Amino acid sequence: MAYIKKVFAKLVFATPILFSPLAFAEKSDYNMPVGVTDVSESIFELHMVIFWICVVIGVIVFSIMFWSLWKYRKSKGAVAADFDDNFWLEIGWTVAATLVLVWMAVPSTQVMVEAYDDAEGEINILITGHQWKWHYEYLEDEVGFFSNLSTSQEQIDGDVPKGEFYLREVDEPLVIPTNTRVRFLITGNDVIHSWWVPDFAVKQDAIPGFINTAWTNVPEPGIFRGACTELCGIKHAFMPVVVRAVEREEFDAFIAEKVALAEEERLLTSKVWTKEELMARGESFYSVNCAACHQANGQGIPPVFPALAGSQIALNDSSKHIEILMEGVQGSAMAAFGDSYSEVDIASVITYTRQAWSNGADGDGVIVTPQDIVAYKNRIDL
Amino acid sequence: MFAFGWLLVPMYDVFCEITGLNGKVTGPSSLSEESLGITEQRELLVQFMTHNNESMPWFFDSEKSQMRVVTGNQYEAIFVFHNTTGREMVGQVIPSVSPGRGAEYFHKTECFCFERQVLAAGERIELPVRFIIDPALPKEIGSLSLGYTLFDITDRVQPNNDLANL
Amino acid sequence: MSTVVESHDHGHHGPAKGLSRWLFTTNHKDIGTLYLWFSFIMLFIGGGMAMVIRAELFQPGLQIVQPEFFNQMTTNHGLIMVFGVIMPAFVGLANWMLPMQIGAPDMALPRLNNLSFWLLPMAFGILISTLFMPEGGPNFGWTFYAPLSTTYAPSTVNFFIFSVHVMGVSSILGSINIITTIFNMRAPGMTLMKMPLFVWSWLITAYLLIAVMPVLAGVVTMMLMDINFGTSFFNAAGGGDPVLFQHVFWFFGHPEVYIMILPAFGIVSHIIETFSRKPIFGYSSMVYAMASIAILSFVVWAHHMFTVGMPLAGELFFMYSTMLIAIPTGVKVFNWIATMFRGSITFETPMLFSIAFVALFTIGGFSGLMLAIVPADFQYHDTYFVVAHFHYVLVPGALFGIIAAAYYWLPKWTGNMYDETLGKLHFWLTFISVNVTFFPMHFVGLAGMPRRYPDYALQFADFNALISVGAFMFGLTQLLFLFIVIKTIRSGKQAKPEVWEGAGDLGLEWTLSSPPPYHSFTVQPQVK
Repeated sequence: MAYIKKVFAKLVFATPILFSPLAFAEKSDYNMPVGVTDVSESIFELHMVIFWICVVIGVIVFSIMFWSLWKYRKSKGAVAADFDDNFWLEIGWTVAATLVLVWMAVPSTQVMVEAYDDAEGEINILITGHQWKWHYEYLEDEVGFFSNLSTSQEQIDGDVPKGEFYLREVDEPLVIPTNTRVRFLITGNDVIHSWWVPDFAVKQDAIPGFINTAWTNVPEPGIFRGACTELCGIKHAFMPVVVRAVEREEFDAFIAEKVALAEEERLLTSKVWTKEELMARGESFYSVNCAACHQANGQGIPPVFPALAGSQIALNDSSKHIEILMEGVQGSAMAAFGDSYSEVDIASVITYTRQAWSNGADGDGVIVTPQDIVAYKNRIDL
Repeated sequence: MFAFGWLLVPMYDVFCEITGLNGKVTGPSSLSEESLGITEQRELLVQFMTHNNESMPWFFDSEKSQMRVVTGNQYEAIFVFHNTTGREMVGQVIPSVSPGRGAEYFHKTECFCFERQVLAAGERIELPVRFIIDPALPKEIGSLSLGYTLFDITDRVQPNNDLANL
Repeated sequence: MSTVVESHDHGHHGPAKGLSRWLFTTNHKDIGTLYLWFSFIMLFIGGGMAMVIRAELFQPGLQIVQPEFFNQMTTNHGLIMVFGVIMPAFVGLANWMLPMQIGAPDMALPRLNNLSFWLLPMAFGILISTLFMPEGGPNFGWTFYAPLSTTYAPSTVNFFIFSVHVMGVSSILGSINIITTIFNMRAPGMTLMKMPLFVWSWLITAYLLIAVMPVLAGVVTMMLMDINFGTSFFNAAGGGDPVLFQHVFWFFGHPEVYIMILPAFGIVSHIIETFSRKPIFGYSSMVYAMASIAILSFVVWAHHMFTVGMPLAGELFFMYSTMLIAIPTGVKVFNWIATMFRGSITFETPMLFSIAFVALFTIGGFSGLMLAIVPADFQYHDTYFVVAHFHYVLVPGALFGIIAAAYYWLPKWTGNMYDETLGKLHFWLTFISVNVTFFPMHFVGLAGMPRRYPDYALQFADFNALISVGAFMFGLTQLLFLFIVIKTIRSGKQAKPEVWEGAGDLGLEWTLSSPPPYHSFTVQPQVK
């Protein structure tokens, strides 16, 4: 009796494991998404086919095993047979296994060839993985922007309730047109990242110095959320991917707006800024791009991320301050912001960090304007 | 086995060169329009992308982001380099062709990526890339993207340069 | 002058006393015990790190640790479990059992054996001490991809590299010992095809180790050069390639995972045979299957790299070769079941763990087959689906094999029977908690949660909470195992030499007393 209970207990536990997937068969929150493109649907179907083949094989194999365990219990008087070999059985199940695998390999190859299409893209987007944000550049229109996580630190720390799109929202999603073959060119800026959108079934590693390609063609508008899928440092979990697919007219308007904004930035550079304007802009730039390392209170995490509050450079040395922002610091995590951000942004954040906390009271009070940054870029002496 | 592990490095290089895997094309091509012979020509799109690695502060961009080209003909694309800092620096451009298997059909007869570039403080130069797309390029490849990543190698080649250590 | 010929009756020789016994022993049983205790301690250290990981992942948000520390936990959990638990435990079992199973008095190179062990506490002392250094320990994943592990690594990476070198030397020296022992010291009459399957599994594993540990040494040395001597193996700026790192690492890494499972295959064959009271079905197929798995393991490495940008032909090749490995593995599963079929089965604790091994390792094999399908892998790669797969093959796979071996052979080692009721309790609690922990990971990965994430989006919260509960239960249950082991060493019903009914015909180890004499076989047995 005890042994029956034993074996049946095993069956009881094994069965839900084997059959629970049935409950989550097709579209479900616990399965791979079907996605919105032809390729993602093919991949989903392939996944389900392989899965069901595995389930069937598993059911057959485990039934034989559990049946043997039940039927041939010594406690019920089973006497062991003495065969230990059967040449043709071995050949048989080896051949059977091979045939099943060949049978799986055929659709797998077909879907692979479908996904690996190298045809020309109607629009081409250069995606660069940075620590810890994505940069998107529309190559035909020569306009680009960074895409940062927009979930607040308070939500992450648990000080305020988490929003619906916790860790899956960004300030500037990638916008693409529907019904267009979009080609992605993916590279990395520092370490290896990986760009993944499950609904497109697109995942490619972003490798510094190399370009990888991927493509998609989204039939209907929507918002699609993905993630960075290669460990890239402390904020690996905090650089999501968000793509907005819109109708062609809306896309064209978006691009036109971005081009206009870029032009506006160029104009902004030459206008006269007040200290308050610079600080306001600088503060928001700082919270998005600097606070991760230097902290919102400017204390940093020494020795790796120096404190800015009370730092000699921020208090007394504005030229060095500009140099560091523009060129980064060799051999450290401080990147060169000069090549990625506008003169207005650089000037604002420098002005902000020179005035914030008690730096404004304790330091030389020098503010840096966008014209100062332009002058720095154009100097040929020194 | 240890030797095999070490040999993987040059073996990997040779293998990639022969097959053009990973978009690596090394060294200038001695091809010319004549030597290729005009067989069947077709049109395709060639795109240029520039990217500065990490802390490389130079301005680096291509004059044109793309060109429609015909296989077998030679073309030239101009790139601008501007060292905006106050010190001499050395840069190295690493090319990458996408898709990877198109790399062996992308023949560069002249390229700034063959050598390192030394720019004085504030210096700005324009350099060309001259290339021919092999007519044997498979027709499944509709466009070729040439990505250039600019690295700062000042420290690697001038370790005594004090200004390099900020 | 008369010559006195002294005949040393080695049966009365005993081990030295005190600490020097353990520091200087050249006895295979003592060294086996050292490896096993080392591995058990590492299980709790690596397991503790897993508890930190699961505590942080219990709820969305960052409550307990910051990402800087979390990354150190995931990295060191992996390194310790792979290099400090599974591998040393199997080496410990090899040390204990191989000489007895082939009828030899000890290993071929006993002093080398001592060195192989003592290198490990040194290596892990260095590795674990990095966690207490100011910049923190390695934080780049147990797979330590460049350039995160080179240009962007904390300076403690140099200690990490040194530690890996030392572990590698330990494995290589141990493997040389094992191969030499197996080839030279078998009892007369024991041809290769009469060797116990555990011996075969270790012969093959030892060759794999000698083949690939130097490749690991090569890759960490290249890292060292890139970090400290200005080379550019993995740095595109100097003409190198971060993907080269991945190729060389996984050329080591894939055979490594077979190194971690082949000895378990051997153990499970022995246990199923014993408790089905029927000889293992298809002995020669089992040998050929293990050899095929080992050979094939060299041509599948890039299935860990399907999203790296390889050309289509490359991806297809690695898909096909990876699918091929399913065949010899499947053959082994069929043979185990054929052994049970029409046997006379009892369900002692080793048998329970072995049955669970066959079932759950097979589930891990199925998820592995799914991962081999390249286009589908685009959706699985670097998500919790992969984490579920490898934990299924390593925990209810390799670890259950080790635990089963411990229960199976503890009576032989100690002379005392373990407490069967407690053993079964340990089994059921472990079996349930292992599935509660790792099965939901398949779903959470399919739903889109990437791996190495200290925080996650809200739709993953419920499953993560469940997984964490399962993990805490699993961790606590292993304390019960510790209790059972200590209890068995100190007391318990006297064990016969044969221990298990009918085992006397199954292996030479069962012809020795329980516990065996200090030098095992002082007279060579004859094998028919």
